[in-house]
This record gives sequence, C-alpha cells and structure tokens, in this order.
Amino acid sequence: MSIYYSVQDLIEAAERENKKISQIVLKEQAAELQKPESVLYKTMRESFLVMHQSVSDGIGPDMRSVSGLSGGSAYKMKLAVENGKTLCGKVFGRALMRALAVSESNACMGKIVAAPTAGSCGILPAALLTVMEDRGLDEREVVMSLFTASAFGMVIANNASISGAQGGCQAECGSASAMAAAALTELAGGTPRMAAHACAIALKNILGLVCDPVAGLVEIPCIKRNAMGVANAFVGAELALAGIESAIPADEVIVAMKRIGDMMPGSLKETAEGGLAGTPTAKRLKKQIFGE
Amino acid sequence: MNVFDIVGPVMIGPSSSHTAGAVRIGRIAGALLEGEPVRAHILLHGSFAKTYRGHGTDKALVAGIMGMAPSDIRIRLSLEIAKARGLDVVFGKTELEGAHPNTAVLTLKDAKGHTVTVQGASVGGGNILISEINGMKVEVTGQQDTLLVIHHDVPGVIAHVTNYIAAQGVNIGNFKLSRSRRGETAMMTIEMDGEFSRESNEGIEKLPNVIRSIILRPE
Ligand code: SF4
Repeated sequence: MSIYYSVQDLIEAAERENKKISQIVLKEQAAELQKPESVLYKTMRESFLVMHQSVSDGIGPDMRSVSGLSGGSAYKMKLAVENGKTLCGKVFGRALMRALAVSESNACMGKIVAAPTAGSCGILPAALLTVMEDRGLDEREVVMSLFTASAFGMVIANNASISGAQGGCQAECGSASAMAAAALTELAGGTPRMAAHACAIALKNILGLVCDPVAGLVEIPCIKRNAMGVANAFVGAELALAGIESAIPADEVIVAMKRIGDMMPGSLKETAEGGLAGTPTAKRLKKQIFGE
Repeated sequence: MNVFDIVGPVMIGPSSSHTAGAVRIGRIAGALLEGEPVRAHILLHGSFAKTYRGHGTDKALVAGIMGMAPSDIRIRLSLEIAKARGLDVVFGKTELEGAHPNTAVLTLKDAKGHTVTVQGASVGGGNILISEINGMKVEVTGQQDTLLVIHHDVPGVIAHVTNYIAAQGVNIGNFKLSRSRRGETAMMTIEMDGEFSRESNEGIEKLPNVIRSIILRPE
C-alpha cells in the first residue's frame, strides 16, 4: 500500500522508523522507481539548481512577459528590501521577492521547475531558498526537503487535485503553499506531525480560492498569488513549529478542498470567464492582447 | 505518480499545458517525419486557438517540431530559429468535434516530400495524448520509451516484433494496434517498461514487413 494516499500514513511511516519524512520518501521512491537513492537525489538537486537560477533570471529590471502584462515587480521588491523599506524585515521581503522573481521568469518564458505547476512555481523555491540563506543551511538538507514537499503534493494529487482547471487556484497555489509549509517545518527541525499540521493550516487558509487568470494567461493574478503563497507557507510553518495544531487533520482538509473544487463553477476554473478575469479591466487587457 | 511529477518537470514557462505540453506534441510530430521539416501547417483548436499567442504555444509547438525539449531555453526564439533553418510555418484555427480544448493538428513536410499529420492534446500538467497519426487512431502519451512501428498489415508481423522485443529482455507495458484499413498500412504503439536501445530499434526495422520503426523517449 502506497504511503502517498494519506498524510496520516506518511507521518506514521516516518515515526515508525524514527526518520524524517524526506528520508523515508527518498528510500521508498528509490525502491519504486528501481533506481539508486543517489540518482534520485541528483535529479532533485538539478531541479533545486534550476529553482536557484530562476530566482536570478526573474529579478532583472527589464523583465517583460510575451503579452506585456507583467514583469519588473521582483525588481521593485528587491529595491524595497535593499532600501530597508519593508514592514516585516528583510527575510520576509526577500521571500516575497523570490516568489515574484520565479513567477515572472515563468511568465517571460524562462526556465522554471513546476512545483507542482508552472502557475505556482515561485512558492516552493521562495520558501526554501529564503530559510536556506537566513539559517545558513546545507544544500543537502534543502534538496532533501523537496522530497518532503513532493510527498505532501502526491497525497494532495491522489485525493484532490493540483490543477487549477480541476480544482481552482486552491489546488495550485494552495497545494504549493501547503507543500512548502511542510518542507519549511522539516527544515526548521519540526517533527513529521508538525509538518502535517503546517500543511493542514496552510491549505485551510487558501480553501476556496478560484482560478481566474486574466486573458487566460498565467500572469494576473498568478504572480502575486505566488507571493501570497509563500507568505502563507510561513504562516503554516511558524504556527506548527510553535506547537499550534490544526483542529481539522490534513487529510480531511484535502478532502474538503476536493469537494470545494468540485462545487466550483467552470467559470472559476481556468476558463478565464469569471472572477478577476471577468472584470472590466481584465476584458480591456484581453482585447489589447488578442484583438477581437 | 512519483516525486518528480510533483516537483518537476523543469520547463520553460509560462504554462505546463500551453507551453510544455505543446513542445511535447511538436516533438512527437517532428520525430515521426523522416527528414528535416521544411513546412509545418499547424491547426489549433479550443483554448489553444484562443490563447496561443499569449502563452507562447506557437513558439512551443515549433520548438518541439525542431526537436527541442520542454526545458530548452531557446523555445522563446523558436520562430526566428525556424526561419533561419528554412522551416516555413503557417498557423490556423480549427474546430474539432469532441476534441480536448487544448488540441493541435500538425502537418509536417520534409524536403523529400514525406508528410506526417499528428493530432495531439495537452491534457494537463504538461502531459499529452497523441490521438491520431496519419489518420490512424492511437494513444501515445510519450511517458515511457514508446515504439511506433509502421508495417504492412499482414499475418505474423506482430509476433515477429513482440518476440524480438522479448529477446532483448524488455517487457512490454502496453500494446495497441491501429490501422487505416484492413490489409493496408498499420501501426503498433508499444510502450516499454524499461529502456529500449537505438540498436534494438534498428533491429526491428530489419524485420519483414516493417516499414519504419520510431522510438520516442521521454525527454
Ligand atoms: S489563478 Fe489559475 S492559472 Fe493562476 S496560478 Fe492560480 S490556478 Fe494557476
């Protein structure tokens, strides 16, 4: 029986062996894919390096997307941090900057790692690279934490969805945020159980979020939702690390997300009809890009 | 599903379905054409038709046709690269009954006049499903090493091919036969559980009544 059908199974598997979630996932996946652990680690490390690069790629002042709708906000955030203008300090400001950078790089046809999707690709790298820098963590630990993030993502994908077209943005940015919350918790020394609470808390906070991209492009509101997603990942991790528990277990939150996604009308699931995509400004922008 | 379906793939943005999936469809069409493409006629259906410019779907398909992978940073320049290589590209819109909203129909031609027509859909998360090749119904996802064996529809060919594969020690994960009409040209789609080498593929091409065998690998 796979351990990726419930968060409960996942954390029990880790507790049984008294190991981190990332360790049991790497071991289990090596067996499943019939490859040595070192090969899987290497593949994950390559993704990590692309994440790193995508932050630098997206931070330039001249970034512009194909549609012309977006670009340049990571740069503004960077200046704000450098000039000491942020409200919540440098660490948080740099997390937001990284989420914007990766997400804008994606909009500009740059190279990114889907995590779990392209639309939500800024959340996980922003969360991990920020704590890595702030705490001086080893690359190895951070790469390993991506296995933890993936494991939570698999449970969500198996029981709900990670696609905006199927489950709304809660399924994309929500899943990314929950995955990042769990990974951050492990990185900060939290237990597997705490990681599950972090995942539950982060996901609960995003339940109901619809997918309403302006003109159908992965830019507005997606880029800023990546900034929100990393902020929310920190909320989940900080609360869980403080010993705060989610009253509703992660597995039930995931099922709730699935039900909400099923109830969401099609106009709010990536079809670019409802929500923000239906606003007068969105319609004007759409006309500007595609004509008609 | 495994960890790399969740953290991964490494791709060029902005959209796994409109960009990465589109590259994969283009790649399979390109791999099926015998020579280098000189002309590509691309018809887009549904969401692909509506939003292809903003998502770079046009660039992605053309990049794929030229053999680029979804993580190739040159995708954004693919239309210029195509021009420089003498690949003439025409886009059009179409409406296909019952087709997935992200569907493209690609007709490619090489310098010697060979053509291939491929219909494929980007079904989410960068995954694709090729549903038709030269008018034959197929189901190709490209997730495993996949052999496409075009052959004369005569008795014994399938046994020859599958026996040959077994002799290489490779297990067949999935097998499908498609044909345009009984007794004419047919195509086997064979998904492998393990890796299938280029030498083995050359061996298949030498079997009686096999016209061509193409190996598609996940990039
Ligand atoms: S709004 Fe839709 S397209 Fe944009 S990030 Fe969210 S799920 Fe993805």
